[in-house]
Amino acid sequence: MSVIFVLIGASLAIAVGFLIAYIWAVKSGQYDDKYTPSIRILFDNQKKQNETESKSDLNNKQGAA
Amino acid sequence: MQVEKFSYDNLVVKQFAIATLFWGVIGMLVGLTIALQLYIPELNFGIPYLTFGRLRPLHTNAVIFAFVGNMIFAGIYYSVQRVCKTRMISDFLSKFHFWGWQFIIVAAAITLPLGFTTSKEYAELEWPIDIMIAVVWLAFGYNLIATIVKRREKHMYVALWFYIATFVTITVLHVVNSLEIPAGILKSYPIFAGVQDALVQWWYAHNAVAFFLTTPFLGLMYYFLPKAANRPVYSYRLSILHFWALIFLYIWAGPHHLLYTALPDWAQSLGTVFSIMLIAPSWGGMLNGLLTLRGAWDRVRDNPILKFMVVAVTAYGMSTFEGPMLSLKSVNAITHYTDWTIGHAHLGALGWNGLLTFGILYWLIPVMWKTELYSKKLANVHFWISTLGIVFYSIPLYWAGLTQSLMWKQFTELGVLQYPNFLETVLQIIPMYILRSVGGFLFIAGIFLCVYNLVKTAKKGSFEKNEEAEAAPLIKEADKLKRGMIHRWLEKRPIKFALLATVVILIGGLVELIPTYLVKSNIPTIESVKPYTPLELHGRDIYIREGCNTCHSQMVRPFRSETERYGEYSKAGEFVYDHPFLWGSKRTGPDLHRQGGKYSNVWHYLHFEDPRQMSPGSIMPPYPWLLTNSLDTSSTSAKINAMRTIGVPYGEEYENFANKDLMNQANAIADDLLNNGIPADPDKDVIALIAYLQRLGTDIKGNKK
Repeated sequence: MSVIFVLIGASLAIAVGFLIAYIWAVKSGQYDDKYTPSIRILFDNQKKQNETESKSDLNNKQGAA
Repeated sequence: MQVEKFSYDNLVVKQFAIATLFWGVIGMLVGLTIALQLYIPELNFGIPYLTFGRLRPLHTNAVIFAFVGNMIFAGIYYSVQRVCKTRMISDFLSKFHFWGWQFIIVAAAITLPLGFTTSKEYAELEWPIDIMIAVVWLAFGYNLIATIVKRREKHMYVALWFYIATFVTITVLHVVNSLEIPAGILKSYPIFAGVQDALVQWWYAHNAVAFFLTTPFLGLMYYFLPKAANRPVYSYRLSILHFWALIFLYIWAGPHHLLYTALPDWAQSLGTVFSIMLIAPSWGGMLNGLLTLRGAWDRVRDNPILKFMVVAVTAYGMSTFEGPMLSLKSVNAITHYTDWTIGHAHLGALGWNGLLTFGILYWLIPVMWKTELYSKKLANVHFWISTLGIVFYSIPLYWAGLTQSLMWKQFTELGVLQYPNFLETVLQIIPMYILRSVGGFLFIAGIFLCVYNLVKTAKKGSFEKNEEAEAAPLIKEADKLKRGMIHRWLEKRPIKFALLATVVILIGGLVELIPTYLVKSNIPTIESVKPYTPLELHGRDIYIREGCNTCHSQMVRPFRSETERYGEYSKAGEFVYDHPFLWGSKRTGPDLHRQGGKYSNVWHYLHFEDPRQMSPGSIMPPYPWLLTNSLDTSSTSAKINAMRTIGVPYGEEYENFANKDLMNQANAIADDLLNNGIPADPDKDVIALIAYLQRLGTDIKGNKK
């Protein structure tokens, strides 16, 4: 059963890695704004935004299709 | 601020999307084939490469790593570029990833039917392919992480976190579970044995479900569901919360696959506890997905894309509730080794992964080809037949699992087994197998409709390889880790540099030390347990090659119904030389751990020639080629050497005499067969396999004759 130490080690390494990532995320202000990111992905800043038919309109149509 | 102009790489997304459907069709057709073989064994046409034992791993690998895998990559390449507002960092790596992954799939499709397999579920591919997987996976990981680092959007959208967790964890799982020692160009033995190997394998397999079938798909859900519904996710806060909870809990739940086995009790309980806790973050994701559509359910009625997604998320919720329930020991005692498990897996695979894939593709293809879906009606038909397909697939299997398990456990009033003949319990559930294949057929019919609809859609639209986009640059130290700068950046930070170096050295040292340490711990705790003889070792490898473990377990659980049927329950100490462990996860046929000495050599010989000679109505296919194939004794010394390296105590230079011992044992079996009226050459595969089966479970006295 000594393999359990390997697995616990590997699992803890992953967990600690994510703990560090989590602390970094919070400290660097990743989660300061918990509202706008969910809205922002709905808008694609495409280049030809001002042409006859904008692509975000197209997307909306797709969504509603 | 100056807006930067750039373009998104749509080509790689298109390639992965096409590969998704291509391998989806193939993987599911193989699945349907083996579902039919369960009640029409003749469907392998007498060809060794098409037997259930060899096709089953091909089916699982194809649908997991080819169908779902390619969808993950298509979705990741599409969404990462857009939420990061940048093109992938390297077009070359994207191409390398795509073609490398397809090459691996082709290699799997060739080697698995040929019988090159490690026997470890969802990790069956042999060591050269394992190395290729690692290389391609790291290329993908670099491409992903480096693209995220150079993003133009400061905030990392929640989907990115799911993708990062996928990459990091799968890397670790793949490496640990693939620690094996080669014994030939396409043959290897895992460095772990018995209980240890079983624990590593199910730690891997459980987390492959978690980090290949779940986290990347949750990431895709968080991008594509809001896009398709054109409304923000219900609670962004909940998405963050359940992400961190999910990844911290998932990794500990693996032992629930080994309840009531020879694994120590405390490890089993640990697995159960974490499985129950997992309900919370899993349902967090499900609720967040469903509630995104709050106030928009009228759109679900009209929009096939949303229908697919809603049912997918619902299936996710159902299977993540079912999973923890199956992890309860009292429930597991009934469902394990039965078809219930297969029903559970397909509710998740067909429902969650399959339907979400179709939903995403129905959205993605029209967007990338700048057109509308060719036929909404056809997509609706697809939705209904695939949903019905899932119902027809899973419910009969739940029924079959429960029926068969209760029959296994049924005693008469006199205290003897009511159904002592295993075959009787199999024949009872054949109608359920038939219904299940109808469900599978419906689901496959659906994917053909999907392909037709999407090809038509693409034909009327126009595809643009590079989609123009623009975004403001991210100012804050965005270039800190630019190419060639990493080292200079580290040099200015001696402490960080020293820490990093230590970590690298530690990893190297551990990789060296752990195997040695583990090999020493493979010392038997049961005095009478001895290594396999060379002939038995060959027989064991034939058992692996033919995939016997896909239908037969080698683990008698400590229940009276099992000790009555099979013999003494299995002890951890009996498996110390089992590289790999062959406990199995499903009993389509009876358990074989106490098989040794139960039947005569002649019985086995005739049974391999045609199982129905010995058990009329058996659904096991005949293996006539075992009777004519000559055993490859040239590999004996390589096998003995490899086994010795990982701690099996064969004597010094035994490899030079092994073939002599092998022939003696083979001649003895051939003589016994001849005495019973069957002339057989001692150098055939079947002799080795019989030797192995007659050895099984005989190291301790516990056999029921």
